[in-house]
Amino acid sequence: MGKVFKYGENVDTDVIIPARHLNTSVPEELAKHCMEDLDADFVNRVEQGDIIVAGKNFGCGSSREHAPIAIKASGIQCVIAPTFARIFYRNSLNTGLPILECEEAAENIDAGDEISVDFKTGKISNITKGETYQAEPFPDFIRDLIENDGLVNYVNQKIKETV
Amino acid sequence: MGMTMTQRILAAHAGLKEVKAGQFIEADLDMVLANDITGPVAIKEFKKMGAESVFDKNKIALVPDHFTPNKDIKAAEQSKTLREFAVEQDITNYFEVGEMGIEHVLLPEKGIVTAGDAVIGADSHTCTYGALGAFSTGIGSTDMAAGMARGKAWFKVPSAIKFELVGKPSKWVSGKDVILHIIGMIGVDGALYKSMEFMGTGLKNLSMDDRFTIANMAIEAGAKNGIFMVDEKTEEYMKEHKNKNKLLKKKTKIYKPDPDAVYDETYVIDLSKIRPTVAFPHLPENTKTIDEVGDIKIDQVVIGSCTNGRMEDMKIAAKILKGKKVAKNLRLIIIPGSQDIYLECIKNGFAEIFIKAGGVFSTPTCGPCLGGHMGIMAAGERTVSTTNRNFVGRMGHVESEIYLASPAVAAASAIAGKIAAPEGV
Ligand code: SF4
Repeated sequence: MGKVFKYGENVDTDVIIPARHLNTSVPEELAKHCMEDLDADFVNRVEQGDIIVAGKNFGCGSSREHAPIAIKASGIQCVIAPTFARIFYRNSLNTGLPILECEEAAENIDAGDEISVDFKTGKISNITKGETYQAEPFPDFIRDLIENDGLVNYVNQKIKETV
Repeated sequence: MGMTMTQRILAAHAGLKEVKAGQFIEADLDMVLANDITGPVAIKEFKKMGAESVFDKNKIALVPDHFTPNKDIKAAEQSKTLREFAVEQDITNYFEVGEMGIEHVLLPEKGIVTAGDAVIGADSHTCTYGALGAFSTGIGSTDMAAGMARGKAWFKVPSAIKFELVGKPSKWVSGKDVILHIIGMIGVDGALYKSMEFMGTGLKNLSMDDRFTIANMAIEAGAKNGIFMVDEKTEEYMKEHKNKNKLLKKKTKIYKPDPDAVYDETYVIDLSKIRPTVAFPHLPENTKTIDEVGDIKIDQVVIGSCTNGRMEDMKIAAKILKGKKVAKNLRLIIIPGSQDIYLECIKNGFAEIFIKAGGVFSTPTCGPCLGGHMGIMAAGERTVSTTNRNFVGRMGHVESEIYLASPAVAAASAIAGKIAAPEGV
């Protein structure tokens, strides 16, 4: 269970982690500047297990993996939005930041709501409002990747198989 | 069911006769690319994967272009990581600062990518190579690492939107205006997860540089890739820019869409109707034609980037700036996209025109485009930029503003001190 930070549409990677901080790739360093240009107070208020809920096309812009890494290292357990920009979507799955596409949840959840998420079923429960929403569960291929604990382990497995 | 251009390339690289939109495939890659920001992360992941050597040292390109020449100590350390890896793995296509360029200007110029290729790059504007009729798309560092290790990447086969181009653009209208017009029309998620495929009788009226600019900004409409039908101009370009490395064995292969290819939507774009177009802060979709912009005073003009740092862009800027002076107290920064373009500008006198006009003319770098260095804005300032993103804080302070435009509009605006039409100066 976590409390919700709510943002609008088209949250781009430049506000998630501005390029001026990309001279490092250390997750903890990046986390210190997470969401800085959109919500300067985010880093002071975020707690382990919190959740970001946002409008469509979350994570648009650059391919910087630093964006999902910064969000994950800041303590956020999951991002929920109606749609994600495609590179961000890939990067999140590849680096192990859970994301869920759910328009209904994005519309009805408000900032500060307490919600819990079941990744296996895609069920999102809003404890504050007593509502539940159903997100699209991941396709098999992606679930494979997640169950393998991301692309790093998947490839590691493949390399071992060929040696 | 017929396949789109993109689907045909993906099917061929996955060793399949047919693919369908939504299908997950694993495709063989012809080129895997990273830069000084995404490369170091990819190298770390590569090691974590337990990989020892890259799948093919000729099929990887590493380009330190973002924070180079190194802007600070941390940037120097990132470049060092990239360099050491390039040396350790004997990477053929590693470009040191004296031979580099902005990756997406450099790779086509060096013939490192060509028609029919499947390319991934740990940089969102990797979609630029679609101008050559290649499938190319941006991915993150972990995908890059997997690509370096195995020469493969997973893809969800995209559906596509068809852009049927007709007519001829008018004098001051270039590829930048065409793509800004399209993004203004379909929005920054108008092509989310999809391919944008460009074809039609109007194609012959667009130069290769126009096409690179258009394909470059496909990502700004959320697209997975943008791709152009190959014609004589493409073939001529590829002939002129053949890769010299025999081991790379580049073969161009031309893919056309099947006659019965299925497209989600078709837009007919009459190039003759497009006016010079400007994207207002803070999204590339906030477009206005030059006739609607009103009186916008500016502090800085940037001409360059992987969108508009090519020879034709320099030429247009030189044509407008020749014998003119930039407005008082305005900073004009011109950054060519590669060392070859830089040298050409020196040889043909463009460098002199730019400097005499009161501009800064620099060695190639991404620099200000991503707010790295070489032209960062203070609070309240405004830049007209030929780059591709005008997000909040992209080029400096969160209270600064970016107006995206063509080199023609940018150069005219530098002289006027406000956003101005190229016809007027
Ligand atoms: S010029 Fe700008 S958009 Fe292009 S690769 Fe460099 S930072 Fe990215």
